[in-house]
Amino acid sequence: MPSHVVIVGGSMGGLRAAEQLIANKFDGVVTIVGDEKHMPYNRPPLSKDVLAAERDDQNSTLDHWHSSVAFRQRKSIADVRWRLGSPAVSSDLGAKTVTLADGEVLNYDGLVVATGLRPRRLDLPGPQSGRHVIRTLDDAIGLRAELHPGTRVIVVGGGFIGCETAATARKLGCEVHIVEPMAVPMIRPLGEEFGNALRRVHEASGVHIHTGLSVEAVVAAAEDTSRLSAVILTDGTRLGADVLVESVGSHPNVEWLDGNGLDLGNGVLCDNHMRVESRPEVVAVGDIARFPDPATGNIPRRIEHWCIPTDTAKRAAATLIAHLSDEPCPDVPFSPLPSFWSDQFGLRLQGYGSPGDADHISVLEGDLSAPVDQDPSALDGTVVGYYQGSRLVGVVMLSPSPVTARNYREAVETSRAAVLTS
Amino acid sequence: MDVRVDYGMCQDHGQCAIAAPKVFQMGDDGKLVYDKHPEDSQRDEVEEAADVCPVQAIFLDES
Ligand SMILES: Cc1cc2nc3c(=O)[nH]c(=O)nc-3n(C[C@H](O)[C@H](O)[C@H](O)COP(=O)(O)OP(=O)(O)OC[C@H]3O[C@@H](n4cnc5c(N)ncnc54)[C@H](O)[C@@H]3O)c2cc1C
Ligand code: SF4
Repeated sequence: MPSHVVIVGGSMGGLRAAEQLIANKFDGVVTIVGDEKHMPYNRPPLSKDVLAAERDDQNSTLDHWHSSVAFRQRKSIADVRWRLGSPAVSSDLGAKTVTLADGEVLNYDGLVVATGLRPRRLDLPGPQSGRHVIRTLDDAIGLRAELHPGTRVIVVGGGFIGCETAATARKLGCEVHIVEPMAVPMIRPLGEEFGNALRRVHEASGVHIHTGLSVEAVVAAAEDTSRLSAVILTDGTRLGADVLVESVGSHPNVEWLDGNGLDLGNGVLCDNHMRVESRPEVVAVGDIARFPDPATGNIPRRIEHWCIPTDTAKRAAATLIAHLSDEPCPDVPFSPLPSFWSDQFGLRLQGYGSPGDADHISVLEGDLSAPVDQDPSALDGTVVGYYQGSRLVGVVMLSPSPVTARNYREAVETSRAAVLTS
Repeated sequence: MDVRVDYGMCQDHGQCAIAAPKVFQMGDDGKLVYDKHPEDSQRDEVEEAADVCPVQAIFLDES
């Protein structure tokens, strides 16, 4: 009897899982359940190209934008059943069922958890209009419609997405402030020195950065109390504001798995085969999966990078197919190389490995203190190595040449492989 | 098989050259060069390259 795999989450992780199941000769039925109405699309352009695009473009309908970021569909997945626009609301992993918001109950033999993240919101009462997050295409288009030259934009959270959004808004002529609770923007992934270099790039381009602070209150406009007109920072500073972008981290979409006795503390806990605890027929992929990596100490963690849905989908599909056909799981350790990038003010930041694990850094090429007042490209070619003791755990580069990027990627890979074989 | 890279979209991430080095290469000037008609034996690698292109600039005929 052919079996049924249900994939919950209709974005990159869900799509890649379906492709990989079929590439691995799965011959049953695959159903993908998605909350969003759109077929899977690529999120990185949302804070970059989509936000930056010409607003008067007569083609700027949702469909137009969706087609500009939609993922290519392999022909092999033509038979996949899509259930979009109706999220899973609950599940019974004992009975092997998933219930959708419209009441439909799906039975499965194998289940893929791919529900990703949603942005965390600031717990601030007051006017809601003008307040944005950026995770979905609808979010990006909604925010873009409010960004005009002179618009006063406050971005709370100076991580990658917050800083990209700030840079893009600045390029559109907005007056932009970043409010970052830590001492330095992007400090967690990059460390102090690198974060400060990027801070100078932002400031040279006219972005105001307030560190060590957060937003404490939003102030309503006198003429329309549903709209904000200012924000008050934790030190009492008042900044005039038309738009507030909340980019303060994310929350895994796990609620539909409640009641099954799983560890849902921070995403879905899996083993190194991407199997959800004690459920051999359930696997997780992408941003939601918290899995151990032998190259980084085997402590289960989530990795919110673009490469991870593809890597984890390959592993999870192999695991699920082995289970469904009563074969043993592939007995090789799974250790995907984290790879990430960010585009800000014409600089391409390119990273490999886990720089956040480092105890010290070393500038391997270029100069992080190069003056950027005239031109951020003074930092082009900078390469920073991230070390734990003497071991290279990550590398981050600014606008590297492809050859440089490739060589350092290999260096990080080699260093990680040494841990696996030691 | 036919492969096409939209150079207007390509941002020289170089991921394709890692996934399918026989078909995609980064030239000395840092720009992408590629084989427009690779052997069919390269199909899996080319599919992989198209998947890992962060800006989805690689198009294949699906015949
Ligand atoms: C603005 C932005 C910019 C980014 N830029 C970069 C970058 O430059 N470089 C980089 O490496 N990474 C970047 N990323 C991260 C990258 O996009 C993510 O790692 C990737 O999208 C994760 O894919 P996923 O499928 O695991 O999760 P998601 O993309 O979050 O997809 C999960 C899907 O599941 C759906 N869903 C949720 N709950 C349910 C439910 N109960 N039932 C059904 N469906 C549900 C959601 O609606 C969503 O469509 C960026 C992300 C964002 C948001
Ligand atoms: S991966 Fe995409 S963006 Fe990068 S070089 Fe290849 S085609 Fe261009």
